[in-house]
Amino acid sequence: MNLWGWILVACVLAYGWKLVGYLLPAAVLGNPRMSRIAGAMTIGLLASLTVVNATVTGQSIVLDARLGALVAAAVALFLRAPFLVVVIAGAAAAALLRLAGFP
Amino acid sequence: MGLEPAKENRQTVRLRDSPAVRVGVSISVATGLYGISFGALSVTSGLDFWQTMALSLLLFSGGSQFAFIGVVGGGGSGVAAMSAATLLGMRNGIYGMQLNALLRPRGWRRFASAQVTIDESAATSTGQTDPDEQRRGFWAAGIGIYVLWNVFTAVGALAGSGLGDPRQWGLDGAAVAAFLALLWPRLKGREPAAIAVVCAVATVLAVPWVPPGVPILVAAVVAAVIGAVSHGRSNEGLEPDVDPYPESNETFRGGTA
Repeated sequence: MNLWGWILVACVLAYGWKLVGYLLPAAVLGNPRMSRIAGAMTIGLLASLTVVNATVTGQSIVLDARLGALVAAAVALFLRAPFLVVVIAGAAAAALLRLAGFP
Repeated sequence: MGLEPAKENRQTVRLRDSPAVRVGVSISVATGLYGISFGALSVTSGLDFWQTMALSLLLFSGGSQFAFIGVVGGGGSGVAAMSAATLLGMRNGIYGMQLNALLRPRGWRRFASAQVTIDESAATSTGQTDPDEQRRGFWAAGIGIYVLWNVFTAVGALAGSGLGDPRQWGLDGAAVAAFLALLWPRLKGREPAAIAVVCAVATVLAVPWVPPGVPILVAAVVAAVIGAVSHGRSNEGLEPDVDPYPESNETFRGGTA
């Protein structure tokens, strides 16, 4: 299946999750274990995506300007900057490090 | 002053006076704006304009959308991108259940409610105590974010497609920052931080052995197992990226707002 196909499958399943909460009896999703699994997966996936985007190229770990973006974003978040400012800080750090000759 | 407001203005005045609507509008602006970064990163990850818009119009869940383009941008397959986005979407089912119990939408409203059920609309609604305010907060945040998120996704996608080499502009660094910013507000307490560290380590260990994109799914499985056996807060990880009630979470916990 091409990329369009997977995008549409993702859209249908995302709506499916949302709708299931409204249509299924509360007991199915209402137990604390389901909430913990959903919450833990959210944290785990976002942590994983952060690491992959910061350090992975293909199938190897590569340390480059993206690591500077990670540090800059962490500092911005620590200073309670809004989301967009954090993203711009990350981009600026990576761009400046590349200008300075980092890979 | 002194004039009776015209009849058609009453609704507007009342909505403006609603604390939940005010919160909903401000969260809509804050969240909608970062649709720019999603749009720009999506087109530089290899999706075209309409694929990017399809994610914002139809999938409409920030974390899942960033996950999809993050996997594709890292060379992962479509099925890996779809899987990561879908696993991240599970929490919306939990929000749907909570909101269904709270707002009891009926008929077509139930299907419309589902589409705008995301971190921020759920948090805006559940942060109110009055049932009418809960309803107004949900719709104000849900519809407001839906509209602005899509408008700013389009702006970002159009701007991003004219950028040339994304690395030169540090857009790969922008993606790193976006994921950390999505993760950050969920790291309240020791257990969420431990889950994040364990999953990050699992990812790094899996990278050399499996195709691109799959390490993220390995981390999801590890997280699900931890969640299934843990006895922590049952709402950990279920927080919005932009907190609609920042004061009440820091200084006035237990207040009535």
